[in-house]
Amino acid sequence: MAVTVSPERDIVANPIQRAIREALYAGAIVLGLFVLFIGLKTDQNISNELILVQRWGLLAVLMIATMVGRFLYVAYGQPFLAKQKIADVATGLLPASVATRFFRLPYFIAAIAIVAVLVLLAGSLDGLLGPALAGYARFVRALAIIYALAWVIYYFRAFILAHFSGLGITALALYPIVVVLVLALYTGSMVGGFQGSLKWVDNFGIQILIYVMLAWGLNIVVGLAGLLDLGYVAFYAVGAYAYALLGTHFGLSFWILLPAAGAMAAFWGVMLGFPVLRLRGDYLAIVTLAFGEIIRLVIINWREVTNGSAGISGIPKVSFFGLISFNVSDPNYISKVLGIAQSGAYYKIFLYYLILGLCLLTAFVTIRLRRMPVGRAWEALREDEIACRSLGINTTTTKLTAFATGAMFGGFAGSFFAARQGFVSPESFIFLESAIILAIVVLGGMGSLVGIAVAAMVMIGGTEALRELDFLKQVFGPDFTPELYRMLLFGIAMVIVMVWKPRGFVGSREPTAFLKIRRAVSGSFTKEGHG
Amino acid sequence: MQYFVQQLINGLTLGSIYGLIAIGYTMVYGIIGMINFAHGDIFMVGAFAALIVFLILGAMFYSVPIVIALLIMMIVAMLLTSLYNWTIEKVAYRPLRGSFRLAPLITAIGMSIVLSNFVQVTQGPRNKPVPPMVSKVYTIDGISVSLKQIIIVLVTIVLLALFWYLVNKTSLGRAQRACEQDQKMAALLGVDVDRTISITFIMGAALAAVAGTLFLMYYGVVVFSDGFTPGVKAFTAAVLGGIGSLPGAVLGGLMIGFIESMWSAYFSIDYKDVAAFSILAIVLIFLPSGILGRPEVEKV
Repeated sequence: MAVTVSPERDIVANPIQRAIREALYAGAIVLGLFVLFIGLKTDQNISNELILVQRWGLLAVLMIATMVGRFLYVAYGQPFLAKQKIADVATGLLPASVATRFFRLPYFIAAIAIVAVLVLLAGSLDGLLGPALAGYARFVRALAIIYALAWVIYYFRAFILAHFSGLGITALALYPIVVVLVLALYTGSMVGGFQGSLKWVDNFGIQILIYVMLAWGLNIVVGLAGLLDLGYVAFYAVGAYAYALLGTHFGLSFWILLPAAGAMAAFWGVMLGFPVLRLRGDYLAIVTLAFGEIIRLVIINWREVTNGSAGISGIPKVSFFGLISFNVSDPNYISKVLGIAQSGAYYKIFLYYLILGLCLLTAFVTIRLRRMPVGRAWEALREDEIACRSLGINTTTTKLTAFATGAMFGGFAGSFFAARQGFVSPESFIFLESAIILAIVVLGGMGSLVGIAVAAMVMIGGTEALRELDFLKQVFGPDFTPELYRMLLFGIAMVIVMVWKPRGFVGSREPTAFLKIRRAVSGSFTKEGHG
Repeated sequence: MQYFVQQLINGLTLGSIYGLIAIGYTMVYGIIGMINFAHGDIFMVGAFAALIVFLILGAMFYSVPIVIALLIMMIVAMLLTSLYNWTIEKVAYRPLRGSFRLAPLITAIGMSIVLSNFVQVTQGPRNKPVPPMVSKVYTIDGISVSLKQIIIVLVTIVLLALFWYLVNKTSLGRAQRACEQDQKMAALLGVDVDRTISITFIMGAALAAVAGTLFLMYYGVVVFSDGFTPGVKAFTAAVLGGIGSLPGAVLGGLMIGFIESMWSAYFSIDYKDVAAFSILAIVLIFLPSGILGRPEVEKV
């Protein structure tokens, strides 16, 4: 009988036979899963009847690809990784040495060389290689740039980790300026720079920051107070509709309505908080989910006020404290005041700084609150509700303040969202949004502001980036639309990241209050409390 | 009175479907303490599988007796969704067992997104209407009962009886109940916990597939996003009845069904979901662990 010392040695021992078996299993499972859904497609014919279209070729390709992939992974990938691990243990190197091996100086020089060559040839790539290969070349260039950036980050990791918040805030503050300047250099004119920056500032910058703010707001409820809230989007909706309705009907300015929307959302947070005070864990989750759905359904059905599914349009723009307006027809329109060319980009850049300011406000308030009695009470509540009560903390007010504070930031984000879109409809406030925000909070590592910001950047930025992958069209043919696969890939990424790092990107739960020395409560040792 | 009885019958039909889905939620919750958010989408996958099998049967044989067709649809849908749920459990939930409570919840939400978008990508985003399969309607004393409704209620009763037998009288059911009470102890006494959990997922998926087939037969249309609303309602039903309790799931399903049909009949159809969710909140305020749920013992 063979004595196995460690699973690694077992994997190295006899891989090929195992690989063939596993590949066959994988193929059978893929066949079973996909035979009806990919092998056949339901389609409407001319007389509007459902017919079946057969796609066995696609099914076969998928099956073979899975089998080959599984075979290669089990036969070569697993033994390779296991050998690495054994070597690391034998030589006493830490697992980090894998990263050191990956980020070597010659690789960096090679990546820089590839980027340099491809950038120099950028204009003549199509002529040299033809459109299809040029697409691949651009993809390689992007990968090389990413690798080079990652190398730089890895090389300066100690410095970056030590000054993370400062560097991050500086980078965010400079982001639109850098984008505009780079694009201005690229196109050769300032106007071109502003025009081109629209997509980068709006789709990437503002979009990500809205989610960062929402996730930081939800973090107060879920990450600090440990109350599982699946209906956070309700407060977002309350804020958005508060600004949309009061702004369009009464012409009130954004700067008055922003605190009003926050207060209204906080009020609804308390309204939700009262009935659910006695509930714990998953009962709380389902009631908050139900609350989110109720708000959405009321918005859809209360047509006299909310205009139902059609939504509200023509929501007024934000002005720079009434001094500078972003409406072209106004006398104090920005380009008239400052004497520059007209462009829609100014408004987007202004909105970018506005949401950045709101985000920083959220972070600041969260950090300060954590040091105050109420924040400590939240963290105590998260760790152990019974101990918390027996020490004389009023759990009712603690829970209510958590709901109200979290909801308030949701309301701020909502009114910003309404101002940015100029249009709100119930479509934007579906459960999926709540799920995405919660996923960002958990993936980032609950309670960690930096981790959550990174998670938002990866998940939202990643899905936005999928809109840009036009070269895939050249690979898979013109019918291929990467946008369709956006949410599918988002879901897959959620599962993979969670399985890979169950504690999130930044997975420690450092207590804010401590005696003499700060001792991190290691995530893997604490069991999640109820409630 | 006639109107009331009519609504009672409609509610019973709707409640049966919710009850079948709710059992899947409540069983998984009972055994590993997680909300399986992807269960609603498993239900949708079941309905789609039934639809595709129906089309295959229609294309290959011109006249299959509808009872046999329904039976084949159900069996294929059950096999397929079982495979789906088994794979999902293996890929997304098992690696996270013993991790903190929110981790499997997030993968479950991720899997729910994956399943509905997978069906959207592979089968297209449009509604899929099928010709009516069963159209006979009996009228007794001014109350009309369609054959569809009779089939739904009968199938539900038969399945529940079978299921009750499985859980209460077989060694498999005993293993499940043991795992529900104490996984470590069950493992020490020789129960294969992993296998039992896998079988629980398979059983839940099979019931959801039946519910999906019945849903397709009843409404005659299915779309990729159909998993969400019935899924949330069924989960509401499971919580209302007391999550973890099997009779509670059926009771909760029936209650949600009745509330919905009564509200649409006497008040406004637009707010029927609002009514169902509000009643959930009200019930939970007074009975914080559902109607038949055991109150959780607070331990220090």
